[in-house]
Amino acid sequence: MYLPHARGPLSTALVAVLGGRDLLDETALVREVELIPDDVDLLTDEDVQLTLWVLYELHYRGFEGVDDDWEWDPGLLQVRRALEDRLLAQLRFATAPWVQEALGAKGDVASRLFALTESVPGAPLSSYMQREATEEEFREYLVHKSVYHLKESDPQSFVLPRLQGRAKVALAELQYDEYGAGRPDQLHQALFAGGLDALGLSSEYGTYVDRVPAPTLAVTNVMNLFALRRSLAAASMGHLGAFEATSSEPCRKVAGGCRRLGLPDAVSVYFDEHVEADAVHEQLAFRDICGTMAAARPELVEDLFFGAAAYLVSESVAGQTMLDAWAEGRTSLREEPQPAVEERELETAVAS
Amino acid sequence: MTAAPAERRPVVVTACPDGPVLVRGADVVQDADGASHAVTRPVVAVCTCRRSGRMPWCDGTHKAVERAKRRKEQQGG
Ligand code: FES
Ligand SMILES: [Fe+2]
Ligand SMILES: [Fe+2]
Repeated sequence: MYLPHARGPLSTALVAVLGGRDLLDETALVREVELIPDDVDLLTDEDVQLTLWVLYELHYRGFEGVDDDWEWDPGLLQVRRALEDRLLAQLRFATAPWVQEALGAKGDVASRLFALTESVPGAPLSSYMQREATEEEFREYLVHKSVYHLKESDPQSFVLPRLQGRAKVALAELQYDEYGAGRPDQLHQALFAGGLDALGLSSEYGTYVDRVPAPTLAVTNVMNLFALRRSLAAASMGHLGAFEATSSEPCRKVAGGCRRLGLPDAVSVYFDEHVEADAVHEQLAFRDICGTMAAARPELVEDLFFGAAAYLVSESVAGQTMLDAWAEGRTSLREEPQPAVEERELETAVAS
Repeated sequence: MTAAPAERRPVVVTACPDGPVLVRGADVVQDADGASHAVTRPVVAVCTCRRSGRMPWCDGTHKAVERAKRRKEQQGG
């Protein structure tokens, strides 16, 4: 994929550095991060979320024309760390009531995690997709989801070596299923890509990053923040469990929406598969993975709850942002970015 | 020369409280009507609440069943 278009001072500096047009001044960037006022909501901050998204993408497929070794550049890691610490602080604060409630509740950790997924309020996005969304809104929904689903489950693969025993085995079982259980055509990423293709949307990795707003990027960023930091492995697995445990029922509704709109089967297939798969995955994640981790290391319980609540909060912000846009009769996507000045000049030069 | 029969891993069934049973190592699951359903994933969740829309597989509906039960208890109690 190509480097996305910047959305503010941090991402402008980062894109310029990765594009080879500027030198990295990590001290200045870290200072810039530190100067973000405390009351700024980072989940909806376009510049912060795009910057994090680009930094995380260096660990996956990288960008056209960008040296892969930026992945382990200490200066960029320093900037990422500064951003992550701010985001973590906000998430810890926002989720504290539910984490405390879960810590004080009775029952085993798995049942408390399931209860937590029912107590954090979510946005009624899947009901809207089921009953009301227009075909255009449905296409937008897929565009938002493509940012994660085209690399579905990849973040959690980073966590495997950090788990032991039964928890490791259960995550491997879960991931094997996500990765098609031995059948490349059943790879969940490929199922999702098939739906995009069937609607004439692009299934090319990263195409729509420029089109989605901060809250959509934040969903993936929070996932990566947990998955890439070993100290947050428990938060990552709580996050995974909450994702799986709030998937079967919504996917059934979204699949219903596909049929209501008469969309091709290639679109609903992804959602139908997840009704069934995630009914298994939620048990694996909460009981075999989180339950085992909690039994082996009780000090991890708080982070299991934290990760689960952080997922629910970030997903709810992303969903509500879409619903708000549609309720006002506007698109939930960002405008197609205009080519940067240098690109325009280059195009004119080539054309003449 | 005859090959020794391949060692088969045992089928393991695990009950989830208020939810499905997880089955590992099975090839086929038979539903109440005797129809066979091929197992295509490493672990399957077989519905025990009998409310699933995708029998014999669990589709998470048991959670709605539990929610309704809790609500009734709260109202009744
Ligand atoms: S046990 Fe899950 S739907 Fe019946
Ligand atoms: Fe999946
Ligand atoms: Fe899943």
